[in-house]
Amino acid sequence: MKIFRMLGRSIRDAFKSVFRNFSLSLASISCITITLIIVAVSMVASYNVEHFSKVIQRDVTMVVFLDNDTTEEEIEELTKKITDLDNVEKCDFKSKEQSKNEMMQENDTFNGIMGTWSEEDNPLKDSFLIKVKDIEQIKKTAETIRSYEKVAVVNYGEEMVNNLISTFKFVEKVAVIAVVALVVVTVFLIINTIKLTIFSRKREISIMRLVGASNFTIKTPFIIEGMVLGFIGAIIPTLIVIYGYTLLFDHFNGVLYTSLIQLVNPEPFVYFVSLAVVIIGMIVGMIGSASAVRKYLKV
Amino acid sequence: MDLIRIKDVKKQYKNGVTAICDLNLAIKKGDFAFIIGGSGSGKSTLIKMLYREEKPTCGEIIVGGVNVAKLRNKKVYKIRRKLGIVFQDYRLLPKLNVYENVAFALEVLGAKKDEIRVKVLKAIELVGLKAKVHNYPDQLSGGEQQRVAIARAIVNEPKLLICDEPTGNLDPERSMEIVKILDDINQTCGTTIIMATHDRDIVNKMKKRVLVLKDGRLVKDYEKGTYRNEDI
Repeated sequence: MKIFRMLGRSIRDAFKSVFRNFSLSLASISCITITLIIVAVSMVASYNVEHFSKVIQRDVTMVVFLDNDTTEEEIEELTKKITDLDNVEKCDFKSKEQSKNEMMQENDTFNGIMGTWSEEDNPLKDSFLIKVKDIEQIKKTAETIRSYEKVAVVNYGEEMVNNLISTFKFVEKVAVIAVVALVVVTVFLIINTIKLTIFSRKREISIMRLVGASNFTIKTPFIIEGMVLGFIGAIIPTLIVIYGYTLLFDHFNGVLYTSLIQLVNPEPFVYFVSLAVVIIGMIVGMIGSASAVRKYLKV
Repeated sequence: MDLIRIKDVKKQYKNGVTAICDLNLAIKKGDFAFIIGGSGSGKSTLIKMLYREEKPTCGEIIVGGVNVAKLRNKKVYKIRRKLGIVFQDYRLLPKLNVYENVAFALEVLGAKKDEIRVKVLKAIELVGLKAKVHNYPDQLSGGEQQRVAIARAIVNEPKLLICDEPTGNLDPERSMEIVKILDDINQTCGTTIIMATHDRDIVNKMKKRVLVLKDGRLVKDYEKGTYRNEDI
Protein backbone atom coordinates (compact mmCIF):
# COMPACT_ATOMS: atom_id res chain seq x y z
CA MET A 1 0.00 0.00 0.00
CA LYS A 2 2.82 2.32 0.95
CA ILE A 3 4.46 1.86 -2.44
CA PHE A 4 1.17 2.78 -4.17
CA ARG A 5 0.82 5.91 -2.02
CA MET A 6 4.38 6.91 -2.90
CA LEU A 7 3.80 6.15 -6.57
CA GLY A 8 0.56 8.15 -6.53
CA ARG A 9 2.42 11.06 -4.99
CA SER A 10 5.19 10.79 -7.58
CA ILE A 11 2.69 10.80 -10.45
CA ARG A 12 0.87 13.81 -8.96
CA ASP A 13 4.18 15.66 -8.53
CA ALA A 14 5.26 14.76 -12.05
CA PHE A 15 2.07 16.20 -13.60
CA LYS A 16 2.34 19.32 -11.41
CA SER A 17 5.92 19.81 -12.51
CA VAL A 18 5.07 19.44 -16.21
CA PHE A 19 2.55 22.25 -15.95
CA ARG A 20 4.67 24.38 -13.61
CA ASN A 21 7.48 24.55 -16.20
CA PHE A 22 5.08 24.45 -19.10
CA SER A 23 7.06 26.44 -21.68
CA LEU A 24 10.00 24.11 -21.21
CA SER A 25 7.82 21.03 -21.15
CA LEU A 26 6.17 22.22 -24.35
CA ALA A 27 9.51 22.15 -26.18
CA SER A 28 10.09 18.55 -25.13
CA ILE A 29 6.51 17.55 -25.84
CA SER A 30 6.65 19.10 -29.34
CA CYS A 31 9.86 17.26 -30.11
CA ILE A 32 8.43 13.98 -28.84
CA THR A 33 5.27 14.62 -30.89
CA ILE A 34 7.25 15.16 -34.10
CA THR A 35 9.43 12.12 -33.42
CA LEU A 36 6.45 9.94 -32.68
CA ILE A 37 4.56 11.12 -35.76
CA ILE A 38 7.52 9.98 -37.86
CA VAL A 39 7.78 6.77 -35.87
CA ALA A 40 4.07 6.16 -36.37
CA VAL A 41 4.20 6.90 -40.11
CA SER A 42 7.24 4.62 -40.45
CA MET A 43 5.49 1.86 -38.57
CA VAL A 44 2.33 2.20 -40.65
CA ALA A 45 4.44 2.26 -43.83
CA SER A 46 6.58 -0.71 -42.91
CA TYR A 47 3.59 -2.80 -41.83
CA ASN A 48 1.95 -1.99 -45.12
CA VAL A 49 5.12 -2.75 -47.06
CA GLU A 50 5.26 -6.10 -45.35
CA HIS A 51 1.65 -6.63 -46.23
CA PHE A 52 2.24 -5.67 -49.92
CA SER A 53 5.25 -7.94 -50.02
CA LYS A 54 3.17 -10.85 -48.86
CA VAL A 55 0.51 -10.11 -51.45
CA ILE A 56 3.15 -9.75 -54.16
CA GLN A 57 4.84 -12.89 -52.98
CA ARG A 58 1.54 -14.67 -53.31
CA ASP A 59 1.04 -13.32 -56.81
CA VAL A 60 4.49 -13.38 -58.34
CA THR A 61 4.99 -16.50 -60.40
CA MET A 62 8.25 -17.46 -61.97
CA VAL A 63 7.83 -19.03 -65.38
CA VAL A 64 10.53 -21.42 -66.55
CA PHE A 65 10.41 -22.31 -70.26
CA LEU A 66 12.12 -25.48 -71.36
CA ASP A 67 13.94 -26.32 -74.58
CA ASN A 68 11.77 -27.93 -77.26
CA ASP A 69 13.74 -31.15 -77.24
CA THR A 70 13.31 -31.84 -73.53
CA THR A 71 12.27 -35.43 -72.88
CA GLU A 72 9.77 -36.57 -70.30
CA GLU A 73 12.50 -38.08 -68.13
CA GLU A 74 14.35 -34.77 -68.17
CA ILE A 75 11.15 -32.93 -67.22
CA GLU A 76 10.68 -35.29 -64.29
CA GLU A 77 14.27 -34.81 -63.20
CA LEU A 78 13.94 -31.01 -63.47
CA THR A 79 10.69 -31.05 -61.49
CA LYS A 80 12.45 -32.85 -58.68
CA LYS A 81 15.47 -30.52 -58.77
CA ILE A 82 13.32 -27.39 -58.69
CA THR A 83 10.98 -28.67 -55.98
CA ASP A 84 13.99 -29.48 -53.83
CA LEU A 85 15.20 -25.88 -53.87
CA ASP A 86 14.79 -24.14 -50.48
CA ASN A 87 13.00 -21.08 -51.77
CA VAL A 88 10.52 -22.95 -53.94
CA GLU A 89 7.08 -23.30 -52.45
CA LYS A 90 5.24 -24.82 -55.38
CA CYS A 91 6.24 -26.01 -58.82
CA ASP A 92 3.62 -26.89 -61.44
CA PHE A 93 4.37 -28.25 -64.86
CA LYS A 94 2.47 -26.85 -67.82
CA SER A 95 2.86 -28.59 -71.14
CA LYS A 96 2.97 -26.64 -74.39
CA GLU A 97 -0.38 -28.22 -75.25
CA GLN A 98 -1.95 -26.82 -72.09
CA SER A 99 -0.48 -23.39 -72.84
CA LYS A 100 -1.89 -23.51 -76.35
CA ASN A 101 -5.35 -24.43 -75.08
CA GLU A 102 -5.30 -21.65 -72.47
CA MET A 103 -4.28 -19.05 -75.04
CA MET A 104 -6.92 -20.22 -77.45
CA GLN A 105 -9.57 -19.73 -74.80
CA GLU A 106 -8.35 -16.24 -74.02
CA ASN A 107 -8.54 -14.78 -77.48
CA ASP A 108 -10.45 -15.46 -80.71
CA THR A 109 -7.50 -14.56 -82.97
CA PHE A 110 -5.27 -16.99 -81.08
CA ASN A 111 -8.04 -19.51 -81.35
CA GLY A 112 -8.07 -19.16 -85.11
CA ILE A 113 -4.35 -19.44 -85.58
CA MET A 114 -3.52 -22.01 -82.93
CA GLY A 115 -6.42 -24.23 -83.84
CA THR A 116 -4.53 -25.27 -86.96
CA TRP A 117 -1.41 -26.32 -85.03
CA SER A 118 -0.83 -30.00 -84.53
CA GLU A 119 1.20 -31.30 -81.55
CA GLU A 120 4.36 -31.33 -83.65
CA ASP A 121 3.81 -27.85 -85.11
CA ASN A 122 3.19 -26.22 -81.73
CA PRO A 123 6.05 -23.72 -81.36
CA LEU A 124 5.22 -22.99 -77.71
CA LYS A 125 7.46 -24.40 -74.98
CA ASP A 126 6.78 -26.65 -72.03
CA SER A 127 7.04 -24.67 -68.83
CA PHE A 128 7.10 -24.73 -65.04
CA LEU A 129 5.07 -22.25 -62.98
CA ILE A 130 6.92 -21.66 -59.74
CA LYS A 131 5.87 -19.87 -56.53
CA VAL A 132 8.68 -18.78 -54.24
CA LYS A 133 8.72 -18.52 -50.45
CA ASP A 134 10.84 -15.36 -50.09
CA ILE A 135 10.53 -12.77 -52.80
CA GLU A 136 13.85 -11.16 -51.88
CA GLN A 137 15.59 -14.41 -52.84
CA ILE A 138 13.77 -14.75 -56.16
CA LYS A 139 16.72 -13.52 -58.22
CA LYS A 140 19.05 -16.12 -56.73
CA THR A 141 16.52 -18.87 -57.24
CA ALA A 142 15.97 -17.78 -60.87
CA GLU A 143 19.71 -17.86 -61.52
CA THR A 144 20.01 -21.36 -60.06
CA ILE A 145 17.17 -22.62 -62.24
CA ARG A 146 18.60 -20.83 -65.29
CA SER A 147 21.80 -22.80 -64.86
CA TYR A 148 20.01 -26.13 -65.22
CA GLU A 149 20.24 -27.96 -68.52
CA LYS A 150 17.27 -27.77 -70.86
CA VAL A 151 16.08 -24.53 -69.28
CA ALA A 152 15.58 -21.98 -72.04
CA VAL A 153 14.17 -18.89 -70.34
CA VAL A 154 13.36 -17.90 -66.76
CA ASN A 155 10.92 -15.05 -66.38
CA TYR A 156 9.52 -13.43 -63.25
CA GLY A 157 8.94 -9.72 -63.99
CA GLU A 158 12.47 -9.16 -62.74
CA GLU A 159 12.55 -5.40 -63.09
CA MET A 160 9.23 -4.72 -61.39
CA VAL A 161 10.02 -6.97 -58.46
CA ASN A 162 13.54 -5.57 -58.08
CA ASN A 163 12.29 -1.98 -58.20
CA LEU A 164 9.63 -2.66 -55.67
CA ILE A 165 12.03 -4.34 -53.28
CA SER A 166 14.69 -1.65 -53.55
CA THR A 167 12.11 1.12 -53.07
CA PHE A 168 10.76 -0.54 -49.96
CA LYS A 169 14.26 -1.03 -48.61
CA PHE A 170 15.20 2.60 -49.26
CA VAL A 171 12.05 3.92 -47.57
CA GLU A 172 12.72 1.68 -44.60
CA LYS A 173 16.35 2.88 -44.28
CA VAL A 174 15.41 6.57 -44.48
CA ALA A 175 12.71 6.09 -41.88
CA VAL A 176 15.05 4.29 -39.50
CA ILE A 177 17.73 7.00 -39.81
CA ALA A 178 15.19 9.81 -39.30
CA VAL A 179 13.68 8.10 -36.28
CA VAL A 180 17.05 7.43 -34.64
CA ALA A 181 18.19 11.04 -35.18
CA LEU A 182 14.95 12.43 -33.80
CA VAL A 183 14.99 10.10 -30.81
CA VAL A 184 18.48 11.31 -29.93
CA VAL A 185 17.42 14.99 -30.19
CA THR A 186 14.33 14.27 -28.11
CA VAL A 187 16.31 12.52 -25.40
CA PHE A 188 18.62 15.54 -25.15
CA LEU A 189 15.67 17.92 -24.90
CA ILE A 190 14.13 15.82 -22.16
CA ILE A 191 17.44 15.72 -20.29
CA ASN A 192 17.46 19.52 -20.42
CA THR A 193 13.87 19.83 -19.24
CA ILE A 194 14.39 17.50 -16.33
CA LYS A 195 17.70 19.19 -15.47
CA LEU A 196 15.93 22.53 -15.11
CA THR A 197 13.15 20.90 -13.10
CA ILE A 198 15.75 19.44 -10.77
CA PHE A 199 17.38 22.86 -10.36
CA SER A 200 14.07 24.61 -9.78
CA ARG A 201 13.17 22.06 -7.11
CA LYS A 202 16.53 22.05 -5.39
CA ARG A 203 15.10 23.38 -2.13
CA GLU A 204 12.35 20.79 -2.11
CA ILE A 205 14.88 18.04 -2.81
CA SER A 206 17.15 19.20 0.01
CA ILE A 207 14.20 19.18 2.45
CA MET A 208 13.18 15.74 1.23
CA ARG A 209 16.68 14.54 2.01
CA LEU A 210 16.62 16.12 5.45
CA VAL A 211 13.35 14.49 6.46
CA GLY A 212 14.62 11.09 5.34
CA ALA A 213 13.08 10.52 1.93
CA SER A 214 14.80 7.60 0.21
CA ASN A 215 16.62 8.02 -3.08
CA PHE A 216 13.81 6.15 -4.76
CA THR A 217 11.25 8.65 -3.43
CA ILE A 218 13.33 11.61 -4.50
CA LYS A 219 14.17 10.33 -7.96
CA THR A 220 10.92 8.67 -8.99
CA PRO A 221 8.89 11.89 -9.62
CA PHE A 222 11.54 13.07 -12.12
CA ILE A 223 11.60 9.75 -13.94
CA ILE A 224 7.80 9.77 -14.08
CA GLU A 225 7.88 13.36 -15.32
CA GLY A 226 9.89 12.19 -18.32
CA MET A 227 7.35 9.46 -18.92
CA VAL A 228 4.49 11.97 -18.61
CA LEU A 229 6.20 14.18 -21.22
CA GLY A 230 6.45 11.13 -23.48
CA PHE A 231 2.83 10.23 -22.85
CA ILE A 232 1.54 13.75 -23.61
CA GLY A 233 3.76 13.87 -26.68
CA ALA A 234 2.16 10.64 -27.90
CA ILE A 235 -1.39 11.99 -27.88
CA ILE A 236 -1.32 13.76 -31.27
CA PRO A 237 0.58 10.96 -33.08
CA THR A 238 -1.93 8.46 -31.69
CA LEU A 239 -4.86 10.51 -32.98
CA ILE A 240 -3.13 10.83 -36.35
CA VAL A 241 -2.65 7.08 -36.54
CA ILE A 242 -6.21 6.23 -35.51
CA TYR A 243 -8.13 8.83 -37.50
CA GLY A 244 -5.61 9.63 -40.23
CA TYR A 245 -5.00 6.05 -41.27
CA THR A 246 -8.66 5.13 -41.13
CA LEU A 247 -9.51 8.12 -43.36
CA LEU A 248 -6.67 7.22 -45.75
CA PHE A 249 -7.86 3.63 -45.92
CA ASP A 250 -11.45 4.69 -46.61
CA HIS A 251 -10.35 7.28 -49.17
CA PHE A 252 -8.39 4.73 -51.24
CA ASN A 253 -10.87 1.94 -50.59
CA GLY A 254 -8.12 -0.17 -49.09
CA VAL A 255 -5.87 -0.29 -52.18
CA LEU A 256 -3.06 1.97 -53.34
CA TYR A 257 -3.02 2.62 -57.14
CA THR A 258 -3.29 -1.05 -58.07
CA SER A 259 -5.11 -3.95 -56.52
CA LEU A 260 -1.69 -5.52 -55.99
CA ILE A 261 -0.91 -2.97 -53.26
CA GLN A 262 -3.52 -3.60 -50.61
CA LEU A 263 -3.51 -1.55 -47.40
CA VAL A 264 -3.69 -3.22 -44.01
CA ASN A 265 -7.17 -3.12 -42.50
CA PRO A 266 -7.32 -0.27 -39.91
CA GLU A 267 -8.79 -2.39 -37.14
CA PRO A 268 -7.15 -3.58 -34.95
CA PHE A 269 -3.95 -2.45 -36.71
CA VAL A 270 -4.22 1.25 -35.68
CA TYR A 271 -4.69 0.32 -32.03
CA PHE A 272 -1.54 -1.78 -31.98
CA VAL A 273 0.45 1.01 -33.64
CA SER A 274 -1.00 3.58 -31.21
CA LEU A 275 -0.10 1.44 -28.24
CA ALA A 276 3.42 1.02 -29.60
CA VAL A 277 3.70 4.80 -30.15
CA VAL A 278 2.60 5.55 -26.57
CA ILE A 279 5.03 2.97 -25.17
CA ILE A 280 7.91 4.29 -27.31
CA GLY A 281 7.10 7.86 -26.18
CA MET A 282 7.13 6.88 -22.54
CA ILE A 283 10.33 4.86 -22.89
CA VAL A 284 12.11 7.73 -24.67
CA GLY A 285 10.89 10.08 -21.92
CA MET A 286 12.06 7.69 -19.26
CA ILE A 287 15.52 7.30 -20.83
CA GLY A 288 15.91 11.10 -21.00
CA SER A 289 14.77 11.72 -17.44
CA ALA A 290 16.75 8.79 -16.03
CA SER A 291 19.97 10.11 -17.54
CA ALA A 292 19.22 13.64 -16.28
CA VAL A 293 18.57 12.28 -12.79
CA ARG A 294 21.77 10.24 -12.88
CA LYS A 295 23.76 13.24 -14.03
CA TYR A 296 22.26 16.12 -12.08
CA LEU A 297 20.54 14.70 -9.02
CA LYS A 298 23.17 13.72 -6.54
CA VAL A 299 21.62 12.17 -3.46
CA MET B 1 21.71 5.39 28.10
CA ASP B 2 23.73 7.27 25.49
CA LEU B 3 21.86 8.33 22.39
CA ILE B 4 24.98 9.82 20.83
CA ARG B 5 28.51 8.58 21.26
CA ILE B 6 31.37 10.32 19.49
CA LYS B 7 34.75 8.67 19.67
CA ASP B 8 38.09 10.05 18.42
CA VAL B 9 36.46 12.00 15.64
CA LYS B 10 38.52 14.11 13.30
CA LYS B 11 37.26 16.06 10.34
CA GLN B 12 39.62 17.49 7.81
CA TYR B 13 38.20 19.11 4.68
CA LYS B 14 39.71 18.58 1.26
CA ASN B 15 41.26 22.05 1.34
CA GLY B 16 43.32 20.95 4.35
CA VAL B 17 41.35 22.80 7.03
CA THR B 18 40.84 20.71 10.17
CA ALA B 19 37.38 21.52 11.51
CA ILE B 20 37.15 18.92 14.29
CA CYS B 21 40.01 17.31 16.17
CA ASP B 22 40.07 14.38 18.65
CA LEU B 23 36.46 14.80 19.64
CA ASN B 24 35.03 12.48 22.28
CA LEU B 25 31.54 13.05 23.54
CA ALA B 26 28.47 11.25 24.85
CA ILE B 27 24.95 12.61 25.04
CA LYS B 28 22.25 10.78 26.97
CA LYS B 29 18.73 10.07 25.83
CA GLY B 30 16.48 12.98 26.83
CA ASP B 31 19.37 15.46 27.24
CA PHE B 32 19.22 19.11 26.17
CA ALA B 33 22.68 20.34 25.18
CA PHE B 34 23.92 23.61 23.77
CA ILE B 35 26.97 23.66 21.55
CA ILE B 36 28.67 27.01 21.74
CA GLY B 37 31.85 28.43 20.29
CA GLY B 38 33.15 31.20 18.11
CA SER B 39 33.08 31.28 14.33
CA GLY B 40 35.19 28.48 12.89
CA SER B 41 35.12 26.52 16.15
CA GLY B 42 33.56 23.50 14.42
CA LYS B 43 29.96 23.78 15.68
CA SER B 44 28.36 23.50 12.27
CA THR B 45 30.70 20.71 11.19
CA LEU B 46 29.79 18.71 14.30
CA ILE B 47 26.08 19.28 13.69
CA LYS B 48 26.45 18.28 10.01
CA MET B 49 28.28 15.11 10.98
CA LEU B 50 25.46 14.18 13.36
CA TYR B 51 22.92 14.14 10.54
CA ARG B 52 25.48 12.73 8.15
CA GLU B 53 25.70 15.67 5.81
CA GLU B 54 29.44 15.43 6.38
CA LYS B 55 31.47 12.31 7.04
CA PRO B 56 34.26 12.37 9.63
CA THR B 57 37.77 11.74 8.33
CA CYS B 58 38.21 9.21 11.12
CA GLY B 59 36.50 8.10 14.30
CA GLU B 60 33.05 6.86 15.25
CA ILE B 61 29.77 8.71 15.54
CA ILE B 62 27.06 6.50 16.94
CA VAL B 63 23.57 7.97 16.78
CA GLY B 64 20.80 5.75 18.11
CA GLY B 65 23.00 2.69 17.77
CA VAL B 66 24.02 3.42 14.17
CA ASN B 67 27.55 4.42 13.22
CA VAL B 68 26.69 7.29 10.89
CA ALA B 69 30.36 7.68 9.96
CA LYS B 70 30.19 4.38 8.13
CA LEU B 71 26.75 4.87 6.64
CA ARG B 72 26.75 4.72 2.85
CA ASN B 73 25.14 7.59 0.96
CA LYS B 74 22.29 5.36 -0.17
CA LYS B 75 21.39 4.50 3.42
CA VAL B 76 21.58 8.00 4.89
CA TYR B 77 17.80 8.39 4.74
CA LYS B 78 17.43 5.67 7.37
CA ILE B 79 19.18 7.75 10.03
CA ARG B 80 17.47 10.96 8.91
CA ARG B 81 14.09 9.41 9.66
CA LYS B 82 15.09 9.13 13.30
CA LEU B 83 16.15 12.79 13.46
CA GLY B 84 14.54 16.19 13.30
CA ILE B 85 16.64 19.06 11.96
CA VAL B 86 16.02 22.78 12.35
CA PHE B 87 18.07 25.48 10.59
CA GLN B 88 18.62 29.18 11.02
CA ASP B 89 16.99 29.90 7.64
CA TYR B 90 13.86 27.77 8.35
CA ARG B 91 13.97 26.02 4.94
CA LEU B 92 10.24 26.03 4.33
CA LEU B 93 8.62 25.53 0.95
CA PRO B 94 7.14 28.89 -0.03
CA LYS B 95 4.32 27.45 -2.14
CA LEU B 96 2.99 25.26 0.66
CA ASN B 97 0.99 26.50 3.65
CA VAL B 98 1.81 25.69 7.27
CA TYR B 99 -0.12 22.43 7.28
CA GLU B 100 1.34 21.31 3.94
CA ASN B 101 4.89 22.20 4.96
CA VAL B 102 4.64 20.06 8.07
CA ALA B 103 2.75 17.28 6.26
CA PHE B 104 5.45 17.21 3.56
CA ALA B 105 7.82 15.46 5.97
CA LEU B 106 5.38 12.59 6.40
CA GLU B 107 4.11 12.51 2.82
CA VAL B 108 7.55 11.81 1.41
CA LEU B 109 7.83 8.89 3.80
CA GLY B 110 4.60 7.45 2.43
CA ALA B 111 2.46 7.88 5.55
CA LYS B 112 -1.33 7.45 5.39
CA LYS B 113 -3.50 10.55 5.00
CA ASP B 114 -5.33 10.06 8.31
CA GLU B 115 -2.09 9.46 10.15
CA ILE B 116 -0.57 12.58 8.57
CA ARG B 117 -3.54 14.69 9.61
CA VAL B 118 -3.44 13.60 13.24
CA LYS B 119 0.32 13.97 13.60
CA VAL B 120 0.56 17.28 11.73
CA LEU B 121 -2.19 18.95 13.75
CA LYS B 122 -0.59 17.68 16.96
CA ALA B 123 2.81 19.10 15.98
CA ILE B 124 1.33 22.42 14.90
CA GLU B 125 -0.54 22.67 18.18
CA LEU B 126 2.62 21.92 20.10
CA VAL B 127 4.39 24.91 18.51
CA GLY B 128 1.33 27.13 19.04
CA LEU B 129 0.40 27.76 15.42
CA LYS B 130 -3.05 26.18 15.32
CA ALA B 131 -4.61 29.48 14.23
CA LYS B 132 -2.29 29.83 11.24
CA VAL B 133 -2.58 26.39 9.71
CA HIS B 134 -3.60 27.78 6.31
CA ASN B 135 -1.10 30.64 6.16
CA TYR B 136 1.82 30.61 3.75
CA PRO B 137 5.40 31.24 4.93
CA ASP B 138 5.44 34.80 3.56
CA GLN B 139 2.42 35.58 5.75
CA LEU B 140 4.30 34.55 8.90
CA SER B 141 6.88 36.31 11.08
CA GLY B 142 10.40 34.88 11.40
CA GLY B 143 9.57 33.34 14.77
CA GLU B 144 6.42 31.73 13.38
CA GLN B 145 8.31 30.35 10.39
CA GLN B 146 10.84 28.81 12.73
CA ARG B 147 8.00 27.26 14.70
CA VAL B 148 6.71 25.68 11.49
CA ALA B 149 10.20 24.32 10.87
CA ILE B 150 10.22 22.87 14.39
CA ALA B 151 6.79 21.33 13.86
CA ARG B 152 8.07 19.74 10.65
CA ALA B 153 11.15 18.44 12.48
CA ILE B 154 9.16 16.82 15.29
CA VAL B 155 6.15 15.58 13.32
CA ASN B 156 7.82 12.23 12.76
CA GLU B 157 8.40 11.92 16.52
CA PRO B 158 12.20 11.76 16.29
CA LYS B 159 14.43 10.63 19.12
CA LEU B 160 16.86 13.46 18.44
CA LEU B 161 16.27 17.07 17.42
CA ILE B 162 19.30 18.84 15.95
CA CYS B 163 19.10 22.63 15.81
CA ASP B 164 21.71 24.64 13.94
CA GLU B 165 21.46 28.20 15.31
CA PRO B 166 17.65 28.23 15.14
CA THR B 167 17.42 31.67 16.75
CA GLY B 168 20.12 33.27 14.63
CA ASN B 169 17.63 35.36 12.63
CA LEU B 170 15.28 36.24 15.48
CA ASP B 171 15.01 39.03 18.05
CA PRO B 172 15.63 38.10 21.71
CA GLU B 173 11.95 37.76 22.57
CA ARG B 174 11.17 35.45 19.64
CA SER B 175 14.40 33.55 20.30
CA MET B 176 13.32 32.84 23.85
CA GLU B 177 9.92 31.65 22.62
CA ILE B 178 11.59 29.21 20.25
CA VAL B 179 13.88 27.83 22.94
CA LYS B 180 10.94 27.45 25.32
CA ILE B 181 9.13 25.44 22.67
CA LEU B 182 12.21 23.25 22.29
CA ASP B 183 12.44 22.86 26.05
CA ASP B 184 8.76 21.92 26.14
CA ILE B 185 9.34 19.25 23.48
CA ASN B 186 12.32 17.98 25.45
CA GLN B 187 10.25 17.77 28.66
CA THR B 188 6.99 16.40 27.29
CA CYS B 189 8.18 14.12 24.50
CA GLY B 190 11.55 13.17 25.92
CA THR B 191 13.23 14.19 22.68
CA THR B 192 16.98 14.69 22.96
CA ILE B 193 17.90 18.18 21.75
CA ILE B 194 21.24 19.46 20.55
CA MET B 195 21.38 23.13 19.72
CA ALA B 196 24.28 25.08 18.29
CA THR B 197 23.97 28.73 19.22
CA HIS B 198 25.68 32.07 19.67
CA ASP B 199 22.95 33.40 21.92
CA ARG B 200 24.37 34.15 25.33
CA ASP B 201 21.01 35.03 26.98
CA ILE B 202 19.40 31.78 25.99
CA VAL B 203 22.26 29.66 27.25
CA ASN B 204 22.38 31.56 30.51
CA LYS B 205 18.66 31.43 31.14
CA MET B 206 18.12 27.78 30.27
CA LYS B 207 20.86 26.34 32.49
CA LYS B 208 21.32 23.24 30.37
CA ARG B 209 24.35 21.20 29.44
CA VAL B 210 26.88 23.36 27.57
CA LEU B 211 29.55 22.00 25.26
CA VAL B 212 32.20 24.52 24.33
CA LEU B 213 34.13 24.05 21.08
CA LYS B 214 37.29 25.92 20.27
CA ASP B 215 39.43 25.35 17.19
CA GLY B 216 37.67 22.06 16.57
CA ARG B 217 38.25 20.68 20.06
CA LEU B 218 35.83 20.20 22.93
CA VAL B 219 37.35 22.45 25.56
CA LYS B 220 34.60 22.53 28.18
CA ASP B 221 31.60 20.41 29.05
CA TYR B 222 29.36 21.94 31.77
CA GLU B 223 26.46 20.00 33.20
CA LYS B 224 24.31 23.08 33.90
CA GLY B 225 26.46 25.71 32.35
CA THR B 226 26.41 29.30 31.24
CA TYR B 227 27.93 31.21 28.37
CA ARG B 228 31.39 32.31 29.52
CA ASN B 229 33.40 34.61 27.35
CA GLU B 230 36.70 33.29 28.61
CA ASP B 231 35.90 29.81 27.26
CA ILE B 232 35.40 31.03 23.69
